[in-house]
Amino acid sequence: MAKDALDVQMKIKKSPGDIIADVLIYILIGALSFICILPFFHVISTSISTNTAVAANKVWFLPILSGNGAGVNIDAYKSVIADSSIRWSFIYTVIITVLFTLLGLFLTICAAYALSRDRMKGRKTINTLFIITMYFGAGLIPEYLLLDSLDLLDTTAALVCPLAISAYNMIILRTAMAAIPKSLEEAASLDGCDDFRILVQVMLPLVIPTLATLALFYAVGRWNSYSDAMYYIQNDKLKPLQYKLYQLVAAAADSAALEADAGSTTQNAEVVKSATIMCATIPIIIVYPFIQKYFVSGVMIGAVKE
Amino acid sequence: MKIQPKNGVGVSKDTKPKKTGTLFYLKRDWQLYALVAIPLLFIIVFKFLPLLGLSIAFLDYNPILGFSDSKFIGFDVFKEIFTSREFGHALRNTLVLNILDLICGFPMPIILAIFLNEIKCTWYKKLTQTLLYLPHFLSWVIIAGIAYQLFSPSTGIVNVMMGTKIPFLTEKWHWGAMYILLAVWQSMGWGTIIYLAAITGINGDLYEAASIDGAGRWGKIWHVTLPGIKPTIVVMLIMALGRLMGSNFERVKVLSNTSVTDFSEVIATYVYRVGLESNRFNISTAVGLFQSVVGLILVLGSDRISKALGESGLV
Repeated sequence: MAKDALDVQMKIKKSPGDIIADVLIYILIGALSFICILPFFHVISTSISTNTAVAANKVWFLPILSGNGAGVNIDAYKSVIADSSIRWSFIYTVIITVLFTLLGLFLTICAAYALSRDRMKGRKTINTLFIITMYFGAGLIPEYLLLDSLDLLDTTAALVCPLAISAYNMIILRTAMAAIPKSLEEAASLDGCDDFRILVQVMLPLVIPTLATLALFYAVGRWNSYSDAMYYIQNDKLKPLQYKLYQLVAAAADSAALEADAGSTTQNAEVVKSATIMCATIPIIIVYPFIQKYFVSGVMIGAVKE
Repeated sequence: MKIQPKNGVGVSKDTKPKKTGTLFYLKRDWQLYALVAIPLLFIIVFKFLPLLGLSIAFLDYNPILGFSDSKFIGFDVFKEIFTSREFGHALRNTLVLNILDLICGFPMPIILAIFLNEIKCTWYKKLTQTLLYLPHFLSWVIIAGIAYQLFSPSTGIVNVMMGTKIPFLTEKWHWGAMYILLAVWQSMGWGTIIYLAAITGINGDLYEAASIDGAGRWGKIWHVTLPGIKPTIVVMLIMALGRLMGSNFERVKVLSNTSVTDFSEVIATYVYRVGLESNRFNISTAVGLFQSVVGLILVLGSDRISKALGESGLV
């Protein structure tokens, strides 16, 4: 190909300035990526260190191997798991995350398929209704009062239903579905497939990368948010993990503020806090690499055209 | 011979159906309407129904009396808000923090995407992208939890390493800078994804032509890449401008503490505090309404301006 030939030609002709620029770009990007994970080294090492080592400020990015309080221990994780409130929160959050993701995907698939069909009358109007929700919301109190009048306050449904369909995700999937060649659909139709079967047997297998990406978006969104729990949930049993963690962090933040005002030092349970943070982070870090490869193919197709 | 399928799937645009009434389409494509009905019901119930509740902003709302029996007081609530010092404070903080966010946060992904595009070594590019995207998937609670550990004046590793006692998160000016920096850290990598996609869409011939014309690396970035992703930049900017009045509640709430409320009280936290903590529903609703309306005006306004300048807009 002409382009490859040109690239080769350019590689040979690279000036010293170009090479320096290359090196600088590699270093800059490398440094920024390193900064993105560096904090985790600290939190992980803190979570598996002894209280003595952490209290002496000796743990930086690796657990210390010599001196007072050296070594690795997982007592903090044991104590987090032994805490029945946190343990339940973890299980409960997994449950609502799964429910939320399934419901979100289901609703998104239904809307995206119908709205990606040209022959559907009135799809522009319905589409507009979805888009409006991206730019205009009623706000906290009207939404709170709605859930109140539906008797959904302090229920699991309050954490699953209101946010279950995202117009943004719907648009991404709709665009991906609209990009599937019409001929496939027509062939299936001539074979006697109706819309339901075309959706399940023809469409869905072809948009799996997009679905994987959206599943990650929905799951991470649910796993990470705490504000709706703060608004709608009083019952301790129904509080998701992030909300529990929020209460922990907010308490630590305010004690840090007091410490700054009073000039005294309060030693809080850094090790246990780190272990709790890791427990809330690990599920994301486990799922993320599997889905990450789909980002480029999945998200891009939808996002660019809109 | 053409086989006519039962449903309308095979109908191409030039075959004109005999009947074109609404009923005809409802019958032919009933499955599509059935599919869209379920999500539509969800957005009507959870997004449009609450709009009725906006009427509280014009009522002397009493939860016991409900909507219909509470007294209508017109714009009195808004008068009270616009003369209140607390609201002025929250409005100022919202705008200042968001404008700083825009200035610092908006160009970062563009620059980063252009640099990432210059990296030809595939494994290095993939690895750095994976790491750069990661913070986007962490909750603000986790980020704040980590930040309070790293930046604590007495025990935080940053101060320990530098041998200082800087109150990064407990003094309002430092806090303001950290608030912005943490968001840049969180979103700079993820933000590149859309620009990288836009760069992929640029016609390769343009780069060849530029090389033949003697353009170097920077010349190609300036004359081909940037103009190529300009429509994407414009759309992202319009969307960012639309968010100027809103704040990420979860971010402000968990990062703030009692020492920095001077700067950390924004409209989103004000709405929460006044509404759900002090139960002054009508004030909170009115502030929320004001925020939504201004946000909408900002989106539509910037969309108009960009179209008037000959750029593509949002829709």
